[in-house]
Amino acid sequence: MGRLVERSAEGLIKACGFASALIVLLIVFFLFKEGISFLNSSPVEDHYALFVHSGNPVTQLDEGQIKDLFDKKITNWNQLTNYEYPVVLLTAGDLERLFTPEQLGKNLEYLNACVAHYIDTVPGTLAYFSERQLGLSPAIRIVPVPNISLWKFLSGRQWFPTAQPAAIMGTLPLILGTLLVSLLAILIALPLGLAAAIYLAEIADPRMRNILKPVIELLSGIPSVVYGFFGLVVIVPFIQNLFGLPVGETALAGSFLLAIMALPTIITVSEDAIRTCPIAVKEASLALGASHWQTIFRVILPYASSGITAAAILGIGRAVGETMAVLMVTGNAALMPTSLTQPVRTIPATIAAELGEASFGGLHFKALFALGCLLFLITLVTNLLVERTTSKSRKS
Amino acid sequence: MISFPTQVDRKKRFHQAIAFWIARIISYSILLILFFILFFILKRGIGVINWEFLTAMPSDGMTKGGILPAIVGTLYLVLMSMVIAFPVGVLSGIYVNEYAKEGAIKQFVKMMTNNLAGVPSIVFGLFGMALFVNRLGFGASILAGSLTLALLALPLIIRTTEESLKAVDDTFRHASYALGAGKLRTIRKVVLPIAFPNIITGLILGIGRVSGETAPILFTVAAYFLPKLPHSVFDQAMALPYHLYVISTSGTNIQASRPIAYGTAVILILIVLGMNLLANFVRSHYSRKVKMK
Repeated sequence: MGRLVERSAEGLIKACGFASALIVLLIVFFLFKEGISFLNSSPVEDHYALFVHSGNPVTQLDEGQIKDLFDKKITNWNQLTNYEYPVVLLTAGDLERLFTPEQLGKNLEYLNACVAHYIDTVPGTLAYFSERQLGLSPAIRIVPVPNISLWKFLSGRQWFPTAQPAAIMGTLPLILGTLLVSLLAILIALPLGLAAAIYLAEIADPRMRNILKPVIELLSGIPSVVYGFFGLVVIVPFIQNLFGLPVGETALAGSFLLAIMALPTIITVSEDAIRTCPIAVKEASLALGASHWQTIFRVILPYASSGITAAAILGIGRAVGETMAVLMVTGNAALMPTSLTQPVRTIPATIAAELGEASFGGLHFKALFALGCLLFLITLVTNLLVERTTSKSRKS
Repeated sequence: MISFPTQVDRKKRFHQAIAFWIARIISYSILLILFFILFFILKRGIGVINWEFLTAMPSDGMTKGGILPAIVGTLYLVLMSMVIAFPVGVLSGIYVNEYAKEGAIKQFVKMMTNNLAGVPSIVFGLFGMALFVNRLGFGASILAGSLTLALLALPLIIRTTEESLKAVDDTFRHASYALGAGKLRTIRKVVLPIAFPNIITGLILGIGRVSGETAPILFTVAAYFLPKLPHSVFDQAMALPYHLYVISTSGTNIQASRPIAYGTAVILILIVLGMNLLANFVRSHYSRKVKMK
C-alpha cells in the first residue's frame, strides 16, 4: 500500500515536470495552427468574388489594387490594363438603387440576370457579390485574386485588415515599428544601465550597493500598465510640448518608456556579469600600474562583454514583447515609420488592440495569430542568443 | 603608501575622477527617474483611496465611485491561478532538481521552462484565447483567465523551487538516506521543510506578477464594466490592471476618471511592492534563522 502511494506520488511529480515542459510545445501548436492556416488563403471573404465584363482583359487583382479601385483612386481600367472604360462599382448595396424589387424577384432569384445585364451594358463594371448569389453567365467572369503568401505578409507595406472587399495584411510597418521602438529604447537604456552597473559593481560602497540593488530589482516588478499610465500622463504631453506636435503619442514616447522599463533588467544582468570578473585578473591589472578606471575600462568590461551583450539582447527581447505600455503611448497608427515623432504601431500592440474586434476564426483573427507566431519566433531567437552568449562566457 | 605623483599619474587620476562621477551621476539620475514615477503616481493617487473607493461599485461611467469589482476580480484571478500554478510548479521544480537525471531530458525540461519564461505576455493571451476560451469552451471567464495567468507564473515558481532545492545541502539528503528513508520520504520530510520558506517567496512573487498582468487577461476574462460581482468561475470579471488601462485610454470621460485611474495605479503599485517586500522579508528572515543554527 505504502509502495503504491509512493509510486503514484513519484508519477505525479514526473507528470508535472513533463507537463510544464510541454506547455511551450502546446503554445507553439495552437499559435501556429491558427497562424499558418492564414497563409495561402484568399484575402477576399469566403464564397465572395469579384466579377467583371468578360471583355475586360484584366488577369488578376491584388488586395492593394482592389482597395484603390473601391477607394476610387483608380477610376479608369486603363490605369491597370489595356481597357478604356471608367470603373463603375457594383455591390449588394447598389441593388435597390438600380433595380426595382420586381426586377430582382422575391428571393433575388433574378439577381443573376439583372447583374449580368447591367455588366453587359456597362463594360467598366467591377461587381462584388457572393458566388452563390451570382452564378456565371457568358457576359461576366470572375477576376482571380492571388492568395496571401508569406512573402506578401512580411513585406507588404499596408495594414488594412478590415478593408472590404479584400483585406490588406502587410506587416512590414508593424515589424519596422516594433524594431524602431525597441532598438531605440535599448540604445538609450544600454549606456545608462551599463554606467549604473559599473557604479554598483565597482564604485559604490558595499552598503550603498546592498540598498540600491534590491530597490532597482523592486522597480522591475511594477506592472507595465502602470508604466503605460505614467507615460500617458507625463511622457506623452512632455514630448508633445517639446517638439510642438499635434499628438504626443509617438515612437519616441514609446522608446523613452521602454528604456525606463528596460533599465532594471539591464542593470541587474550586466552588474552580475561585471562581478564575475575574477579578482586575480583585476589585481593583475592594478599591479601593472593601471588606475581603477583603466582596469574597469580595459580589463573588466572586455571580460564581461558577453554578459553585457546578453543583457542587451534580453532587453531587446523584453522590449519587443512589451504590450500594454507601448499600446498606451505610441499612438498605434499602422503606417510605415518615417520619423520618431510620428505615431507607430508595434506587433504586440496590434494584437492587443485588434483581437477583440476580429471575428473568431476569420481572416483577421488568423492574421493576428500569425503576428503572434512572428512575435514568438523573435523572442525565441533572442532567448537562444542569450543562452548562447552566456554559455560561451561560462566556458571561457 | 608613499607615492610621488607624476604627470601621467595626475592625468590618470583626473580621468578616473571624471569617469566615476559620470557613472555616479547617471546611477542617481536613474534612481531619481524611477522614484519620480513612483512619487508622481502615489502623490496623486493616495488621496483618492478611502473606504468607499475600495468597497463601492463604479458609477457615472466610471468617473465616480469605487473599484470593488476590479479588486474582487483580481483577487479571484490571483487565488485561482496560484491554486493551479503553485502545486504544478513546485512538483515540476522537485522533478527537475531531485528526479531528472543529468542528460537530455533534464536539459529539455530546463530549456522549455526557460523559454516559457521569455514568452511575451500577449502571446500567453493569444494561447489562452485559442485553447481555454475557444477550444475548451470556457468562454471569457475567470477560469480561462486564471489558467492563462497560471501558465505565465509557472516558470517563476519552477525556477524558485529549483533554486531553493538546490540550496539544500546534500548532507541532509545523505543523512536521511543513511537512516533508511526512501527518496520520496527524504524529499517530503527533510528537503522540502528546509527549502519551504524559499519556495514560498516564489509564490509571493508569482502573486505580485499575476496581479499586475494585463495582456494575458485582455481576451480571456476581462470585462470593461460589470454592474455586479462575479458569481462563478465561468463569469467574466473586471480586474485592476485592465481597469486602469480602460479608464485611462478609452473611458467615457477620460479627464473626469483620472483620479480613479491614479487610485487604481496606486493600489497596483502597493500590491506589487508589498509582495516584493514580503518576499524579501521572508527570504532574509529565513536565512538569518539558518545561520543561527
